[in-house]
Amino acid sequence: MERFETHTGVGVPLRRSNVDTDQIIPAVYLKRVTRTGFEDGLFNSWRLDPGFVLNRPPYDRGTVLVAGPDFGTGSSREHAVWALQDYGFKAVISPRFGDIFKGNAGKAGLLTAQVDEAVVEALWQALEDRPGLEITVDLTSRRLSAGADSHPFLIDDYTRYRLLNGLDDISLTLAHEAEIAAFEAARPSFKPTTWPIRTAG
Amino acid sequence: MARTLSQKIWDDHVVRSNAGEPDLLYIDLQLCHEVTSPQAFDGLRLAGRRVRRPDLTLATEDHNTPTIDILAPIADPVSRLQVDTLRRNAAEFGLRLHSLGDKDQGVVHVVGPQLGLTQPGMTIVCGDSHTSTHGAFGALAFGIGTSEVEHVLATQTLPQARPKTMAVTITGRTPDEVTAKDIVLSLIARVGTGGGAGYVAEYRGDTIDRLSMEGRMTICNMSIEWGARAGLVAPDQTTLDYLRGRPHAPQGEDWEQACAYWRTLRSDPDAVFDREVEIDASQLTPFVTWGTNPGQGVGLDQAVPDPATFPDPVERAAAERALTYMALEAGTPMRQITVDTVFLGSCTNGRIEDLRLAASVIKGRRVASGVRLLVVPGSARVRSQAIGEGLDQVFLAAGAEWREAGCSMCLGMNPDTLGPGQRSASTSNRNFEGRQGKGSRTHLVSPAVAAATAVVGRLATPSDLSS
Repeated sequence: MERFETHTGVGVPLRRSNVDTDQIIPAVYLKRVTRTGFEDGLFNSWRLDPGFVLNRPPYDRGTVLVAGPDFGTGSSREHAVWALQDYGFKAVISPRFGDIFKGNAGKAGLLTAQVDEAVVEALWQALEDRPGLEITVDLTSRRLSAGADSHPFLIDDYTRYRLLNGLDDISLTLAHEAEIAAFEAARPSFKPTTWPIRTAG
Repeated sequence: MARTLSQKIWDDHVVRSNAGEPDLLYIDLQLCHEVTSPQAFDGLRLAGRRVRRPDLTLATEDHNTPTIDILAPIADPVSRLQVDTLRRNAAEFGLRLHSLGDKDQGVVHVVGPQLGLTQPGMTIVCGDSHTSTHGAFGALAFGIGTSEVEHVLATQTLPQARPKTMAVTITGRTPDEVTAKDIVLSLIARVGTGGGAGYVAEYRGDTIDRLSMEGRMTICNMSIEWGARAGLVAPDQTTLDYLRGRPHAPQGEDWEQACAYWRTLRSDPDAVFDREVEIDASQLTPFVTWGTNPGQGVGLDQAVPDPATFPDPVERAAAERALTYMALEAGTPMRQITVDTVFLGSCTNGRIEDLRLAASVIKGRRVASGVRLLVVPGSARVRSQAIGEGLDQVFLAAGAEWREAGCSMCLGMNPDTLGPGQRSASTSNRNFEGRQGKGSRTHLVSPAVAAATAVVGRLATPSDLSS
């Protein structure tokens, strides 16, 4: 994973709440077995509308998405994170995120910055008044700024640490292999296994 | 210190705990399906890693599979490649896979419990948000993304931040026609789609105690629809009775040991939850959604709400958008809404009790002219059990389509979809824009309401049929 310290890019005002992961990328785009190329599915049905924010320059080259509360609810599809990244987004700002989406974003290197609803309102207004306005998201100081305004944002300490250092979770965990093996050795015998196959006939 | 049920299960699975880091949790079972796993297996290959515990992993084909002609090659080449990829990965990494045509194939969250692999006190994950279903057994079960799928395949563990706890206490006798689905839809309408974010919810109270395992699964299944990471129910005699004798349930001495452990899996009487919600089930009515998220619901005897009456501006804007998308007028009685299609199935309501309930409503009646009723058992075994009970004949005689097992019309990524502008009454779990196909309009309902709606052609309850 790439390190994330700070990013500056065009802000995109997405004036919607409850943007579920089916809206971010519909299921029909989930059939692929590859890890990249999901940008065509991003907000697919909304992008059919010429007035949709991502169809209007300069928002179409945005890299910081500003959305209403409960962004990324619903399905666990990590493809939602990949689609945002493949399009070019580096960060999403919202008052509240779906838990699984937030976890997926942290794994894949997309920053989720949680702010108060009033901050989102202010950013929406600023981005609409001044299209092309850039937002800086500074993970080191946990602050974001747009023009003269600056606001703190929330992200948990551990995700911040991993993003700042670009760490791979699996390698971190495998460093504790001995502890995993010890735990495994003490598991009760009644816990089920999928092998050998048992069936109702 | 007094602990809640979820805290006890959590503590029993901590491999490693270090201040400032998430706990490293051991995972007792990972369920896999074709959609969220291919990139995870690719990641393993790239890093030269193996699956640490193939014997704690189970795979099935369900999401993008057809529900007719299931033994023919899948027509859509992209879907076919994804299913073939799962088959190749299962063979390469030594995983147990129940493929199309196998007696144990089906929706992943129906298959685990029916095999007896879902047991109290376990940690269970799957690259699917409805993994919360397994919480009905007193397991800590939650959906994960593909990076985490790979992590569990490689390490059989997952770093997780300790969630907050919530008690959802549901008490009182449910009125006739109110099912587990109506209870959970009512709950979501009350707390909102984000109300559970950051929490693991424990459902309890005498209403929950009286529910069957399948009813409990329906409620736990939809935990994610109000934002909860997981939902669970303490195991009791109902749980044990369901599990005993299932293929992978413990046997002999192991059964006794397991039961002794399972009996400890209750929240301590003085345990403190971070939040508590109470629901009086005696006041509930059959409940349906009118909007485009599962929290936008009302009693079936009510009308489409007027967005102007929503005090919160964000909710008001969402309601306005939803009514436009759903092509509904505020004030329209829900019972006047006509549907093109009724979908009975999914990991929410595709189990044998759901099919029995719907069949009991529809028996001797006909599906309304112009309406399509799609009946999709949640698993191949549910299907064969239903056939053994003659339910297939009831549905077929009514003019329904009787299909093979799979996710089907729940999610619009297999051949079972709605066309643009088409409207369904669906026993599934999500009414998002486009969920059942681009431009589709979904009303979430119980199996009883689904069956009655199929007969009337408008949203209806079984009591509408007798009058």
